[in-house]
Amino acid sequence: MRQVSTKDITDKVRDLCISAACDLEPDMSTALRAAREKEESPLGKEVLGQIIENFEIAGAEGLPMCQDTGISVFFVELGRDVALDGPLYDAINDGVRLGYKDGYLRKSVCHPLKRINTGDNTPAIVHTSIVEGDKLKIKIAPKGAGSENMSRLKMLKPAEGVEGIKAFVVETVREAGGNPCPPIVLGVGIGGSFEKCAMLAKKALLRPVGTKNPDPDLVQLEADLLKMINDLGIGPMGFGGRTTALAVHIEAHPCHIASLPVAVNIQCHAGRHKEAVI
Amino acid sequence: MSEPVRISAPLTDEIVGKLRAGDKVLISGVLYTARDAAHKRLIELLDAGKELPFDIKGQIIYYVGPTPERPGQVIGSAGPTTSGRMDAYTPRLIELGLKGMVGKGARSKEVLDSIRKHKAVYMAAVGGAAALIRRSIKKAEIVAYEDLGPEAIRRLEVVDFPAIVVNDAEGGDLFMQGVQKYRRVS
Repeated sequence: MRQVSTKDITDKVRDLCISAACDLEPDMSTALRAAREKEESPLGKEVLGQIIENFEIAGAEGLPMCQDTGISVFFVELGRDVALDGPLYDAINDGVRLGYKDGYLRKSVCHPLKRINTGDNTPAIVHTSIVEGDKLKIKIAPKGAGSENMSRLKMLKPAEGVEGIKAFVVETVREAGGNPCPPIVLGVGIGGSFEKCAMLAKKALLRPVGTKNPDPDLVQLEADLLKMINDLGIGPMGFGGRTTALAVHIEAHPCHIASLPVAVNIQCHAGRHKEAVI
Repeated sequence: MSEPVRISAPLTDEIVGKLRAGDKVLISGVLYTARDAAHKRLIELLDAGKELPFDIKGQIIYYVGPTPERPGQVIGSAGPTTSGRMDAYTPRLIELGLKGMVGKGARSKEVLDSIRKHKAVYMAAVGGAAALIRRSIKKAEIVAYEDLGPEAIRRLEVVDFPAIVVNDAEGGDLFMQGVQKYRRVS
């Protein structure tokens, strides 16, 4: 067993909260720059220019790139040979509390009905999986509400098949229009169960933007969906243009013979994710 | 890309009348911030027959919940939030003289009807461009609902605040026009 201190986890999580809010990862910035080169709409090009200038300012000045610094979502891979000296979730929440305070990030978490803000952006949403090894991997993917609110899940009939999936995904993006801050990245979860496909959709967003699913059938579906979505003409911020989505990432899982769950999780252009290994 | 139109806020009928969907604008003057919870309270005040905490005539409301400012800073990062969440409250404020709104995303039919009827304008800023937009905000003070934190109503003084006209007083709609132009499907 390898001893890992929860204090280390808290410190790492604090830093991850701040760096995720202020520094866009290279995969997103490369994709946005490529999109600006290709965009045909002059207004769309201008918007992409402002988006690029914005993340450059944010990175250089250590400012949050978006005022919605999101609800804190974590994917934790806990090696089975790791021994923790305290409760994992408390350590993560302590890190969020510190990060959102020290980084001057917006606290956006409240009671769902009373709408009273918890004041420190906790509790975080944490998804944990147990893996081989003696390491602890923490991925943070803070999520703003503009894009999260436009996300959807539907239980299709198996007879609806691939065409049904395409229609649902494209309709979700069409109805979202400019709200989720396009250009977006689309995470699509297919199969599993009601909750599994939502998880898959979100997990798909963690892949570096534009990386393909290893399954050739899904690669084709990813490419088809990306074309269909960009043919909608929504464009940057919904003002019209060719760049509505930068990529479509699909993750699939076997499902019940009577089911075909599909979830679409929309990621805005501020696709924030960071990871640390302890 | 055409040059931006410089406008001053509060707005007049003359300024609003000149703006057309698709225009790039640079706003200088005063903006008031308000989002979901603040709008709810404003409407509750009106329902109770009370006065609003600021004179709304001619004003622009900017839908934003900024990040906290660091010591010595005027404001934190301050990009627009989704305007559609304010649709239920907006026509009532336009009737009272609200002339402009800045946010992101599309508005309801009721809001668009009200914009045309009362000669107002809806503008969008680039969503997420919070560090960039912040540079145009020179002064910020809370005027109401401090307890709402990021959702408090703030009076902002801005210089060359960048926005794009989405819905003008003549019924022009950038979202419809722009998307139609680039759509490749029926």
